[in-house]
Amino acid sequence: MKILVGLKHVPDTETKVKVADDGVSLVEAGIKFVMSPYDEYAVEEALKLKEAAGEGEVLLVCAGPESATATLRQGLAMGADRAVLIQDPRFDRADGLVRASALASVATQESPDLVLLGKQGVGTDESQTVPMLGELLDLPHVSAVGTLEIVDGRFTAHREIEGAVEVMEGSLPAILGCEKGLNEPRYASLKGIMQAKKKTIDVRSAADAGIEDGALGEGKMVVWEKLDLPAPRSGARILEGEIDDQVVELVRCLREEEKVI
Amino acid sequence: MGANVLVFAERREGSLKRPALEALSAARSAADILGGSVVVLALGSGAAAHAEELGKHGADRLLTAEAPWLDMYVPEAYAATLAAAAGDVDAGLVLVPATSMGKDMAPRVAAALKTGMLSDVTDLEASADGTLRCTRPVFSGKANAIVAIPAARPAVASLRPNVFPVKETGGGAAETGSVEPALAEDKVRVRAVRLEKPAEAELDVAEASVIVSGGRGIKGAENFKLIRELAEPLGAAVGASRAVVDAGWIAHSHQVGQTGKVVSPNLYIACGISGAIQHLAGMSSSKVIVAINKDPEAPIFKIADYGIVGDLFEVVPKLAEAVRNLNS
Ligand SMILES: Cc1cc2nc3c(=O)[nH]c(=O)nc-3n(C[C@H](O)[C@H](O)[C@H](O)COP(=O)(O)OP(=O)(O)OC[C@H]3O[C@@H](n4cnc5c(N)ncnc54)[C@H](O)[C@@H]3O)c2cc1C
Ligand SMILES: Cc1cc2nc3c(=O)[nH]c(=O)nc-3n(C[C@H](O)[C@H](O)[C@H](O)COP(=O)(O)OP(=O)(O)OC[C@H]3O[C@@H](n4cnc5c(N)ncnc54)[C@H](O)[C@@H]3O)c2cc1C
Repeated sequence: MKILVGLKHVPDTETKVKVADDGVSLVEAGIKFVMSPYDEYAVEEALKLKEAAGEGEVLLVCAGPESATATLRQGLAMGADRAVLIQDPRFDRADGLVRASALASVATQESPDLVLLGKQGVGTDESQTVPMLGELLDLPHVSAVGTLEIVDGRFTAHREIEGAVEVMEGSLPAILGCEKGLNEPRYASLKGIMQAKKKTIDVRSAADAGIEDGALGEGKMVVWEKLDLPAPRSGARILEGEIDDQVVELVRCLREEEKVI
Repeated sequence: MGANVLVFAERREGSLKRPALEALSAARSAADILGGSVVVLALGSGAAAHAEELGKHGADRLLTAEAPWLDMYVPEAYAATLAAAAGDVDAGLVLVPATSMGKDMAPRVAAALKTGMLSDVTDLEASADGTLRCTRPVFSGKANAIVAIPAARPAVASLRPNVFPVKETGGGAAETGSVEPALAEDKVRVRAVRLEKPAEAELDVAEASVIVSGGRGIKGAENFKLIRELAEPLGAAVGASRAVVDAGWIAHSHQVGQTGKVVSPNLYIACGISGAIQHLAGMSSSKVIVAINKDPEAPIFKIADYGIVGDLFEVVPKLAEAVRNLNS
């Protein structure tokens, strides 16, 4: 079983957001970048499936800046076999469709049995890549997979929806987006880390992946114009007096002033 | 492409979902600016029965494909049919609720149309020249990105549930028409086969207008009954922090935050929750936030509107009683 896993190198969730002078970029100095947390579930699931099958290959792919090598190395250290970096820093600001096209070029070349991605890239949370890749490759997709079972080329995936669990059944090859709870991602062992250092990362350009230069620049369909920091909330009105009086006052405010109960 | 706005009306078990009406109301405002009409697509048996309700909320036309095999979600067929309808009605804008279904489907539609998409937006503005400009919270709600689709058409956006108001326009029933599913049933490679519901139907945090959440401060799984006793008279859903989900006190479906659900209720009451950034990521766009915490320095008070500094074991039952008195 050959499994392709997409990895996104993202700012850690604890990041302090500072907006650069252009009004739309993050000041990256001092930000720690990590593998997007949902992608850890994707790597783990791929490794588990390969181990269960007793054969196969786990191939990582990232479209991003050179620094994303660190995230690919982490995936290799967890146990993945190979990695491809489509190197261009502009992917971090590219249209969903362009990122998906870059991944699609590798998938077309490698014909994996399964593609696993995170359900969303943490921080920007667009949740676009899984369904878009499905459409581009003309393959079925399921985003936000919480449990997965594969038998004889068919899969059953559970996904949590509003007030229920939706049971999806389909055939491989497919594109699946991994949700928290799918598994417990392993830590890279020391041995894994040592071995990962010896594995080579296949670096390609955006052009190699069939992406025209314009699509990453002037030709973008989606344009981020501005990054606004919400005005800091003024802080809570802390109620005072005996608890009984506080409760009465709170209920009055919620009903009469806020009109929410 | 044209000035018309196409809306996907999500249904479950024959009923329209409220976020569909929210998207429809936003579509009506946009269409009035663009000078076009609002067309709604609804799938599955009995979909045409919504013509009146949709018309009342601003739909001019309702397109339906009533094949029973579309009663449950079929990702490829739903996306293909919406994409085909966008072409047929010459849509300049396609709006989809950012529900579990909409999030799963809309990007596939955008890819089929080779166009740009804005995800899970909380504000939307169409200009007369057709530009779509939206706001999306990013980086755990620490920033808002203002994002636009200036030229690609149709522009696609998914709308965060519970944010856009539902407006009645007083219109009559939408004019109905039927379309064929854009994918034959035997070409489908994945589909929903059933829904599993918890034994006791519980209101989902993603759909609730009031949420009462419990955190590690409640000390044990058994004390969620305190939270439920407050939620019940409020008609609220029960939410939770990750700490208590990880501890196994309540199911993950209740978790609010970065790795749980993102919610925007009218009222969010946080009990014994410290207010970690990953929790705030899921609830900071709530309209009114109340925090009950014994630690006056807890970060949750920085983003709350009202705070009670005290022992939740004393405050929550009293609050529940006060709400019950209000109701009776
Ligand atoms: C400052 C700033 C400016 C920006 N400007 C623009 C702009 O002008 N126009 C625009 O369209 N966007 C812009 N973006 C958005 C940006 O391009 C996307 O948000 C980001 O590249 C990825 O989105 P995501 O992780 O939310 O994708 P999702 O679709 O949520 O990702 C889901 C999964 O797909 C996989 N995946 C996603 N991306 C990759 C990848 N590159 N390589 C490998 N696997 C991947 C991963 O498994 C991931 O978990 C900007 C972002 C920032 C921070
Ligand atoms: C990648 C990542 C993703 C995450 N995703 C999420 C997420 O989706 N959602 C989420 O919630 N967290 C998430 N977290 C975890 C988050 O960082 C916090 O650890 C978590 O939110 C803390 O939960 P808590 O507030 O219940 O517990 P604590 O932080 O332990 O807070 C408990 C609070 O209860 C108060 N308290 C105690 N006793 C009482 C009493 N008797 N009366 C009143 N108050 C009392 C205390 O003063 C304290 O403020 C994530 C973390 C990471 C790293």
